[in-house]
Amino acid sequence: MAKPSSHISVRKIDGVTRIDFLDRNILDELNIHQIGEELLKSVESEFRPKVIVVFTNVEHMSSAAYGTFMKFNERVKSRDGQLRLCELKPRVYEGFVITKLNRIFSIHESWAAALDTLT
Amino acid sequence: MTTPAPLFHCDHTLCELRTGLELVQDEVAAALAAHGYEDGAMFAIRLALEEAIVNGFRHGNRSDPTKCVFFRATIDSVSAEFEIEDQGPGFDPRMIPDPTEDDNLEIPSGRGVMLIKAYMTEVEYVRPGNKLRMRYAKLRA
Repeated sequence: MAKPSSHISVRKIDGVTRIDFLDRNILDELNIHQIGEELLKSVESEFRPKVIVVFTNVEHMSSAAYGTFMKFNERVKSRDGQLRLCELKPRVYEGFVITKLNRIFSIHESWAAALDTLT
Repeated sequence: MTTPAPLFHCDHTLCELRTGLELVQDEVAAALAAHGYEDGAMFAIRLALEEAIVNGFRHGNRSDPTKCVFFRATIDSVSAEFEIEDQGPGFDPRMIPDPTEDDNLEIPSGRGVMLIKAYMTEVEYVRPGNKLRMRYAKLRA
């Protein structure tokens, strides 16, 4: 069952935590701090979390958002977990390439493709 | 034959980040649309404006609520020009470490200026570094 929050939806599907963004529009400076807290909370009680973040609704990311995802990635890794990102719009993905953060994150075209890489 | 949209110009003193950002983004988006800018251009300009204004408040003014950010924009069907000036001491953009270098890649901050440079056609920091001028050329070569 979905756990509604103001910015993300967190669901557990066959042992994998699926995170979707509820905001139709953007992931920007005005809400990124709250999103960061919600992301960290989503794995706070988990050991070896398997997490897939679905970007279908995200149309814009600021540098603050990249920083938030990097902190989330560190948190997941610190719990011996795995984080995957998927379904990024081309312009959002382009930002990861410009910043070379596509080398840090495991990014996939679809939920199914991301799921296949989890071990 | 359609009449070209008139030159858009605005000049704002922004004294609070959230309301300032919303005001500017809404006005600029409307002006860009009126002058026929495509989605890709609007995406680029929106991102650069957000980074520049946030930097002005957070890093330039150090979130000092008594300080403001001055914003000017001029938009026509050829290009969109912006000036963002904070009330801080300025900085030397050459001193910002390259966030794409291997040693810096995992540092969570420091990508705003890089994104501005990537998405805008021309970017200039005016000494002492508290004023940013940036331009987006609609018709790129």
